[in-house]
Amino acid sequence: MGKIIVMTSGKGGVGKTTSSAAFATGFALRGYKTVVIDFDVGLRNLDLVMGCERRVVFDFINIINGEARLNQALIKDKRVDNLYILPTSQTRDKDALTKEGVEKVLEELRQEFDYVICDSPAGIERGALMALYFADEAIIVTNPEVSSVRDSDRILGMLAARSRRAELNEEPVKEHLLLTRYDPARVERGEMLNVTDVLEILAIPLLGVIPESQAVLRASNIGMPVTLDDKSTAGQAYRDAIARFLGEQIEHRFVKPERRGFFNRLLRRTA
Amino acid sequence: MRIFDFFRAAKPQASSAAQAKERLQIVMAHERVSRTAPDFLPVLQKELLAVIAKYVDLATNKVEVKLDRGNECSTLEVNIELPSPKIEPMRARIAV
Repeated sequence: MGKIIVMTSGKGGVGKTTSSAAFATGFALRGYKTVVIDFDVGLRNLDLVMGCERRVVFDFINIINGEARLNQALIKDKRVDNLYILPTSQTRDKDALTKEGVEKVLEELRQEFDYVICDSPAGIERGALMALYFADEAIIVTNPEVSSVRDSDRILGMLAARSRRAELNEEPVKEHLLLTRYDPARVERGEMLNVTDVLEILAIPLLGVIPESQAVLRASNIGMPVTLDDKSTAGQAYRDAIARFLGEQIEHRFVKPERRGFFNRLLRRTA
Repeated sequence: MRIFDFFRAAKPQASSAAQAKERLQIVMAHERVSRTAPDFLPVLQKELLAVIAKYVDLATNKVEVKLDRGNECSTLEVNIELPSPKIEPMRARIAV
């Protein structure tokens, strides 16, 4: 039985899709059979970030409505074994996500896959609720910024009250904090909330800190999950976070400003 | 004047990150409470009524439960109108 993980945040633009793609790729690289599902009905984007936008034939909603079989809609990644993408519909709206329909698809997927990653849309409406409802574990993607932290807290409230585990009085959804777009230099200057502050406010375990990195935009430009860019700080930070998720003890890197040498500065080398 | 300006500039100012943290802590403390609070009030009202009804005969609409949240402390106000044909309605007030 596979695990269902939701990548969620409340606020938009904090890096849910980037992180979903990065985690799915990371799990697959470790040999786990993984599928990543786009729950953002109407605003399909995971396919672009994963670089499979031209291979979409059927989607998540087609399966829920019984218009296609799961195997027809799953897209196999061409770079990494064990990695599959389930894109969403671009034309329908989020009402197409019925609780029964989502449950049926997720149950079928968890029979076959080790990890099922649900890429949540922003907001706290139907799409976001459906993405988190069936989750066993939740990765809360947060930026060190006031609105993102506050929205993350709202989502934690939803996980605790409105998820299936909460409704059935089961063991609560396991929560992890993923702090993204972290700029250690600005933190040092007192211009940005630091990791400790965010942890103190949200009070959930830290899974990883992903530093602000030019590699993230570069990777999405070419449709490559940033995990595959193992030279970048962001790529390495995602690999560390994935290892921690799998139970390894790894020290947090990239939380202190990088001391750049004379030559590096001269060459303006970044990330 | 210049000398005063110099001293003013030297006074350490809270960093914007520190202000962000403080503002978040205040606003979220309120939001977390209000997220759970409204749920228990109807139940509280029902249970209070049940207890009082054991001793006095009263109508459901004569009980009022109100929660006021202040900065320092919150007040739970319970107004119970007891039926009494001779005396004026009695008001009980419990502050917590």
